[in-house]
Amino acid sequence: MKRLVILGAGTGGTIMANHLKKELDDKNWGITIVDGRKQHYYQPGFLFIPFDQYKPEEVVKPIQQFIPKGVDFVNIAVEKINAAEHQIVLANGNTLLYDILIIATGSEISPDETEGMQGGEWGKSVFTFYDFEGAIALRDKLKNWQGGKLVVHITEMPIKCPVAPLEFAFLADSFFKEKGMREKVDITYVTPLSGAFTKPKTTETLNYLLKEKNINIETDFAIESVDNDNKQILDYGGKSVPFDLLVTIPTNKGSQVIENSGLGDELNFVPTDKATLQSKMHPDIFVIGDATNVPTSKAGSVVHFEAEILTENILSYIKGQKLAEEFDGHANCFIETGDGKALLIDFNYDHEPVTGTFPIAGIGPLKLLKESRFNHFGKLAFKWVYWNMLLKARPIPFVKAKMSIAGKDYN
Amino acid sequence: MDKIIAGKNVTVTDEGFLKDFGQWDKDIADALAVENQIVLTPRHWEVITYIQNEFKNDVPLSIRKIGKSGIVDIKEFYQLFPVAPLKTATKIAGIPKPVSCI
Repeated sequence: MKRLVILGAGTGGTIMANHLKKELDDKNWGITIVDGRKQHYYQPGFLFIPFDQYKPEEVVKPIQQFIPKGVDFVNIAVEKINAAEHQIVLANGNTLLYDILIIATGSEISPDETEGMQGGEWGKSVFTFYDFEGAIALRDKLKNWQGGKLVVHITEMPIKCPVAPLEFAFLADSFFKEKGMREKVDITYVTPLSGAFTKPKTTETLNYLLKEKNINIETDFAIESVDNDNKQILDYGGKSVPFDLLVTIPTNKGSQVIENSGLGDELNFVPTDKATLQSKMHPDIFVIGDATNVPTSKAGSVVHFEAEILTENILSYIKGQKLAEEFDGHANCFIETGDGKALLIDFNYDHEPVTGTFPIAGIGPLKLLKESRFNHFGKLAFKWVYWNMLLKARPIPFVKAKMSIAGKDYN
Repeated sequence: MDKIIAGKNVTVTDEGFLKDFGQWDKDIADALAVENQIVLTPRHWEVITYIQNEFKNDVPLSIRKIGKSGIVDIKEFYQLFPVAPLKTATKIAGIPKPVSCI
């Protein structure tokens, strides 16, 4: 009996367990998934918690509920991977051997990477919505906040869901308008990038929206520290931005397990072949989702697309066949723009997001890179799709792993 | 598009990054530095040489990476290239704009 081990029961690990349970011959292959946590979070929902649009309980369910029958769930944290011995060491000292390993350990926030971020103001006027507890704490803060300078800030790239901070700024604009206190709030968006987003056409659209919503933008800001005494953030180049309420996205890093195992880069992301999703160091290790260093967004849609290609490649690897170099970096993200509207973007390694129709060329019904109410309903509907289809690796109609250029307005 | 830098005809992107590292030389670097209000000193050259080597080895660049390079810390990197240092330094070095941006 051979063993395939999956580390991490988040989006990527859970989808892979569901795909592989269907595809692998269970007389010869056993599947084990390892995660020390009990709860699975619908992470796109964290964005809506601070504005009380989602209740915390809507975004959390037991991990166990999504692990298919016949897959062993080991509910113990991982200490390290001994890649040379094809062995996993668990936090309780027990070990597991693997013939194939899938790393799906994700990424997490590390506020301790920035001097002063977790200083005296942390939890008082410095918040993040990038984890469950942080999103709830921020909701409680916003309930009674009287207004002032709201600064929405990205520490450094890459981050999970790179559009979420912008969405937060847009939703904050709507939120304060509805509360009748927009004029008491000055919103500034601070980014280490040179524009609102990383791709030119999207940046154009988003810059327009920022202007329309009266949100200031401060670009090329590489934070050095949070000055708790004077309530300001300082950058290496000598710039400073004052705040009354700082909503920051701390540095995102891969799991500590990756560092313990010597398998990561300087941010603990695993060097991974961007087309096959095989580890660059060990042929029996594959990597999916936020844990990789591949140059596309760290997002659930990416994981969903990667999972289809990775499943094929694991089957090929078992048969000793050449791996398909098929993953194209496909990402598909809704961007909430406030006031009940959203944008949709669809892109990959080679094609930046442009206008057009999705998923059916020329028809839609979703519109790319244009604000619409329908896109907003698409985003809300996605929560159901996530819990009921995506995690269980059920196909999503019309949406293919490889990006389609049909229906898109290039040039 | 084509552009004449230091008397040489080179191909650049819309943002002014050289499309072909093969067209780069030290005169072009000096001229690009002047366009960015920088006069290159031996310290600048140590950084430029480092990032060119990383590029040749296919290592993705980031400000954090340069801070951990042992060549400069982030503070000094900003002193050398005060505005958007990673973008400016890679442009002068003749390599593509880093894709820390996804």
